[in-house]
Amino acid sequence: MTFAAIDWGFIVIQTVETSLGLEAAVYALAAVGLNIHFGYAGLLNFGQVGFVAMGAYGMGLSVTLWNLNPWLAVLVGMGFATLFALILGVPTLRLRGDYLAIVTIAAAEIIRLLARSTTLGDITRGAEGLHAFIGPFRELNPFDPGSEYGIGPFMVGGNQFFAIMLGWGVTAMALLVVWQLMRSPWGRVVKAIREDEDAARALGKNAYWYKLQALILGGVIGGMAGMVQAVGKATIQPDSFVPAYTFFFWTVLILGGVGRIWSPVIGSIIFWAMLTFFQGTLIAMVNEGLIPTGLMDPTQVNQIRFMLVGVGLALLMVFRPQGIFGSREEMMLDAR
Amino acid sequence: MPGERSTDGGHSLAGVEHVPGVAKPDPVLVVEKMRRAFGGLVAVDVDHLEVQRGVITALIGPNGAGKTTFFNLLTGFDRPDTGSVVFNGRDVERLKSHGRAREGMVRTFQLTKALTKLSVLENMKLGAGGQTGEHFLQSLFPFLWKSQEDAIEERARELLRRFRLDHMADEFSGTLSGGQRKLLEMARALMASPAVVMLDEPVAGVNPALTQSLLEHVRRLPGEGVTVIFVEHDMDVVWDISDWVVVMAEGAVIAEGYPESIGKNQAVIDAYLGSDHDGDELDEGSAR
Repeated sequence: MTFAAIDWGFIVIQTVETSLGLEAAVYALAAVGLNIHFGYAGLLNFGQVGFVAMGAYGMGLSVTLWNLNPWLAVLVGMGFATLFALILGVPTLRLRGDYLAIVTIAAAEIIRLLARSTTLGDITRGAEGLHAFIGPFRELNPFDPGSEYGIGPFMVGGNQFFAIMLGWGVTAMALLVVWQLMRSPWGRVVKAIREDEDAARALGKNAYWYKLQALILGGVIGGMAGMVQAVGKATIQPDSFVPAYTFFFWTVLILGGVGRIWSPVIGSIIFWAMLTFFQGTLIAMVNEGLIPTGLMDPTQVNQIRFMLVGVGLALLMVFRPQGIFGSREEMMLDAR
Repeated sequence: MPGERSTDGGHSLAGVEHVPGVAKPDPVLVVEKMRRAFGGLVAVDVDHLEVQRGVITALIGPNGAGKTTFFNLLTGFDRPDTGSVVFNGRDVERLKSHGRAREGMVRTFQLTKALTKLSVLENMKLGAGGQTGEHFLQSLFPFLWKSQEDAIEERARELLRRFRLDHMADEFSGTLSGGQRKLLEMARALMASPAVVMLDEPVAGVNPALTQSLLEHVRRLPGEGVTVIFVEHDMDVVWDISDWVVVMAEGAVIAEGYPESIGKNQAVIDAYLGSDHDGDELDEGSAR
């Protein structure tokens, strides 16, 4: 009944594995998209998980329904995300910012409920989801599914390793695109619109068009996150796109610092490290009797770790409100 | 008599009658039957107005006269119920605000809109029109826009020197004082190479020393081919720099004329002070 009895090595290995794993990459990618929306263009998107779902379903259906090759399937997934952005953006981006926020949160739920509905059951397979799409993607895997890959104690199977490499590879490409865009005149206009739309319009910039472009770009990157997740998990299920995920992406972004290139990546790594570490530690403590089961049993750990992340986020807001990468000086300009 | 006049000095307006809606020899802007009501309140109801090219025109009037609404209607930030705007001989009615800005009609705002989290230099560079790098795909390939960007930066730095903001070029514009923000907004508007700049209360809240330098910049604009229209409440400023004054009251244009004569106009005195007043305050200005 001591802390020494806890297998810290195991917890640390798990923590490192998860924080660099598939989910961390997927969350980072989705947050890169959100960073374009909110961090650079000032668009309040509370339905990023809808873009993630659109990307995944676009890609999955391309294979199961239309037998397209994987590369075309990815293009269709991007097309689905673009379509979603147009549906959300065209009617709302001429209006005040709050309208987009309202529409996105509802629309993301509509996507999930449509996908799991019996009406579309023949196409999307309802709550059971899509599985048959994975074949052609497995063929692209250069790693041997039967062997383990990794360094030292961090080893995963070939399929998993492929998905992780894919996830971080796509994230790296997305970061490169964002970095180049945001140091270009295009990025300058987008940031100007975030600061004051009317000022940009008075200088001849079509604010509506730039906001739509930013919504599409961030949405397509969100869609890529959905595709990476689908390939990694070999399944696309509607209930993996619940609204809570959107707010996890927001947590990731805010942890890292809004409007910075690297913040989604670092935010995601920290987010997953915290979750896994709290989970491992709490379970071990309950098992060792350090926490009485009357207070917490192992099945409750899953919820409680999110509470602890919440506490962590609250502490961050108090002591470092600009996030890990943000600049305090820049943030204080709002208060002037 | 007013002090220094702009380069044009209003000579091109010699012989123009001092009546509301009078035709000008070379109008850059023609407004016809423009009306805008908010519910039952008619904010703007201008029958006809022409603005002469290459001079400084002041738009004055008591609070609530509809000056800012009129500005919004001209620049496309608001839509009139009826009426048309002809700019440089072209009907711009169907152009939105950014389209009119691209045509050369660039405005500033009563509440200064410095883009606080952009540097002063970035603010300036934003003003330049026709940038290749502002297109999504081209922006990904710097070699397509680098030389244009360098030219824009050079022009921006030159304007900043002229406006004595060059020492602040790399600071966030949010760190500027209120007066410096007004300067920045005007300089930024000039980056767009406008045919007409429309300044909404350019010196409101600016300290006297900075006001003088700001007005100096405005005074020089006609010589550079820029027409200036400005809304201002400070009568000293109006008399100081304008070549022509348009007076609005209750949404309509009630008088036009040289600044030194406008103060003696009975309709203007009535509008400002009520019809039973003898009009001391306005006479004082014109007697300077």
